[in-house]
Amino acid sequence: MTRKQKLVVIGNGMAGARLVEDIITRGGADQFEFVMFGDEPYGNYNRILLSGVLSGTHQAQDIFINPLAWYETNNVKLHAGARVTSIDRVNKIVIAADGVTTETYDKLVIATGSSAFLPPMEGLRTTTDGFKAGVFVFRTLDDCEAITQYAEGGKRAAVIGGGLLGLEAARGLLNLGAEVHVIHLMPHLMEVQLDAIAGATLRRSMEALGVQVHLNKATTAILGDEHVTGLQFKDGTTLDCEMVVISAGIRPNVQLARDAGLTVERGIVVNDGITCVDDPDVFAVGECAQHNGMVYGLVAPLWEQTAVLADRLTGRKPQAEYKGSKVSTKLKVMGVDLAVMGEKQPRDEHDEEVVYTEPLRGIYKKLIVRNGKLAGAILLGDTAMAPALLQAFDRGVLLPENRAELLFPLTDQVAAKSAAELPDEAQICNCNGIAKGAIVKAAKGGCRSLKALCDATRAGTGCGACKSQVQEIFEAAAGDTIVEDPSIHYYVPGVPLPKPELIAAIKEQELKSVSAVFRVLAVGKEDPASKAGLASLLKTIWHDGYEDERDARFINDRVHANIQKDRTFSVVPRIYGGVTTAAELKRIAEVAERYNVRMVKFTGGQRLDLLGISKEDLPNVWRDLGMPSGHAYTKAFRTCKTCVGTEFCRFGVGDAVALGIAIEKKYQGIEFPHKVKLATTGCPRNCSEATTKDIGAVAIEGGKWEVVIGGAAGSKVRKADLLITVDTHEEVLHYMGRFMQYYREHAKYLERTYDMVERMGIEKLRRVLVDDEEGICARLDAEIEAAVAAYVDPWQEAAQPHHPSQFVNILPKAEADAMLSQISKQPANYGD
Amino acid sequence: MSTTTTTTTKLVPTDLHFNLGALARIPPGEGKEFEIAGELIAVFRLRDGRVYAVQAKCPHREGALADGITGGGTVVCPMHSFKFDLATGAPLGHDCAALRTYAVSVNAVGEIILQL
Repeated sequence: MTRKQKLVVIGNGMAGARLVEDIITRGGADQFEFVMFGDEPYGNYNRILLSGVLSGTHQAQDIFINPLAWYETNNVKLHAGARVTSIDRVNKIVIAADGVTTETYDKLVIATGSSAFLPPMEGLRTTTDGFKAGVFVFRTLDDCEAITQYAEGGKRAAVIGGGLLGLEAARGLLNLGAEVHVIHLMPHLMEVQLDAIAGATLRRSMEALGVQVHLNKATTAILGDEHVTGLQFKDGTTLDCEMVVISAGIRPNVQLARDAGLTVERGIVVNDGITCVDDPDVFAVGECAQHNGMVYGLVAPLWEQTAVLADRLTGRKPQAEYKGSKVSTKLKVMGVDLAVMGEKQPRDEHDEEVVYTEPLRGIYKKLIVRNGKLAGAILLGDTAMAPALLQAFDRGVLLPENRAELLFPLTDQVAAKSAAELPDEAQICNCNGIAKGAIVKAAKGGCRSLKALCDATRAGTGCGACKSQVQEIFEAAAGDTIVEDPSIHYYVPGVPLPKPELIAAIKEQELKSVSAVFRVLAVGKEDPASKAGLASLLKTIWHDGYEDERDARFINDRVHANIQKDRTFSVVPRIYGGVTTAAELKRIAEVAERYNVRMVKFTGGQRLDLLGISKEDLPNVWRDLGMPSGHAYTKAFRTCKTCVGTEFCRFGVGDAVALGIAIEKKYQGIEFPHKVKLATTGCPRNCSEATTKDIGAVAIEGGKWEVVIGGAAGSKVRKADLLITVDTHEEVLHYMGRFMQYYREHAKYLERTYDMVERMGIEKLRRVLVDDEEGICARLDAEIEAAVAAYVDPWQEAAQPHHPSQFVNILPKAEADAMLSQISKQPANYGD
Repeated sequence: MSTTTTTTTKLVPTDLHFNLGALARIPPGEGKEFEIAGELIAVFRLRDGRVYAVQAKCPHREGALADGITGGGTVVCPMHSFKFDLATGAPLGHDCAALRTYAVSVNAVGEIILQL
């Protein structure tokens, strides 16, 4: 193994520490030796929560993301309280203020952040160069401590700056018992994020809380000899006060970089690789960096930058590029909910402005819509719709024409929203019985990604319906300390590749078995939770050319039946379209009697389920039934429900029975990332519930069929989206097959169609599957035809088992068996 | 696939050894149950050649561990996906009781020898 490279990070704030963490998450601890320099004598804390410390809602120790112990555990050498004063790029050395502490580097990351901006004014400092007593900035834990001490006993305080940070400082001072005045240069509060109406609404909310707001005020001097006694403004007026917190913006800390000869404009200039333009071994992230003319002061862009840089440095994605961030933020300003994203004003008369105001309750919502997409939004006082809008904004999806849907939550979203306000005892995960308190505890106890939390608590690991609530509680409890587990983007957790890359690698290297995938793509590490997903994918890719390893299958797919709680199995024979015959029913009845079937039941998919069959009896049951497998046990095409269609029904306008049988005969048993349920209905009365199926066909007047996709009526209920309206049964089969193949190729393992359809959006799916925007339709059609051709009824294994003990639970001991008390063996020791 | 041959060592008189028959009767990567001295024991044949024996029923809700998926020295119960370390029986990612484990080896002719 080659020598580790030495990575030196200047700055131990949210960007610097996050970068090191991102590198470690990507397995980079083997590649790098980490050294960090921090100005402050602490580990890394969450600067965003400083206002919480000031207002007393958080203790200082609660806001640490990486306490000093973290550095030790992860072998990160930290020079805490050591300010770097120069960088020698020729010799690759950094030197700290004491002149003694030096470190050489292979790679250098500058993450020096920013400092408070001090507007020009008189009387700021005393002659000894420090601030006048009573003057503070608000950037560090030490600032917090100093402000808290000085404010003791209730003082009259002024905050210079009515931006986000200033208002946060104001809240803190208010909680400390101060009389608070906010002095703002501009005509309304938070003008960077808000328009005039939102600013005025916020002002009223602030004033209702007891803050006095002074707008259009330029401070020219801080009055008082020894300590602060008041402020002098440009308009000639004054304000008496005993302390001042200056929070008038921030300036990137770039002097160090400038002295080192790096290109610096407003920030340290970096390219799409987060690399300084003058030196391939020097990088800059966070508030001190400037990319494409932008310097970001929010935490989300910083996370995106560190992720890209970590991808590049670890070689996980050497070509990863940062393309700038779409700025959005969701926060509380003095307890008032606020979410903003994108632009705050229409650009021209083509932009659509959608506004809702409710001044009495302090609610203001505004959307800027451009070409049907969200260009910006402000939500003040009610941010229930913020997650949906943020998603629409980030992905640039086409918005529903009824804009009201974007401003007001549907009823189930209201219920989900309240999760954060539920008591600790409230059960969130109804499958595993996990209460909110357990989730909060895990979030505060070190679970830093949603996946880690779900693994640790089991919350959300059942049907998954509570996942968004779990996420909401997690985010509220963990705040900005959350890291994204890269594995959520993988097709299966044990192979570090998203689905398209995984498929490419499997094809390129001709990996035909699950073992081969682990060997080549996961450094030989077998992950049981990934096996079934890989088996399904390999079958999708190679059809019958796939090297079937039965241990990679879930038990249901090893014995082609559905395991029950007592280890018996349920058997559901294929009944095409739910249409059977008297002869078939008699045979089923005989089998049920012969094998003492404990329950015979109609399923939700119009089939007959024989429950309570032992594993050993399965082959005989199948043989005696003489019917193909109904695939009720696997991630595959399940059933196609039908209504009675046109033959008997007086309302029927399309032959749903014939169509349903044709669909089921063609696509039976095709494997998918998750189960797929279908239905056809002969008229829009929807008796077979086709509009809540993964794939459905609805007959409409005029001899036409609507093909609908992404419906759900399980742990989640969702009405399917219309893919296309066609004229013939053949066309229905055609488009259904095309969508099936697309789902096979694009869904994550265990992602239902409705989640994929929602993730991608029906408009995009229509463009791809109907308009053939990507030119892949012919290939999709050919692939699904190949899958249909490769289909073999698994119940044929009744005659030819895959392995002699396939249907055996308990193996007998050896013939001669007995107790071998005369021989002696070593205890098991098979660790090689 | 490596089958380890074992050499004769000192016999501990109280140990009981059972010949469970040919390892090949267990499909690679899977587990099967044996009834030994009134006890149900699941024996696993991992793809890397390791063989393990643990109690057959999951301590959570008595799921048949032999029907679970193995990998990386662990088994995942088919009932509710509780995971256990096969070598130590330790629960992984949950707080169920650990599994009882049994000493098991494969002899020179490929038979499973279990020690109680």
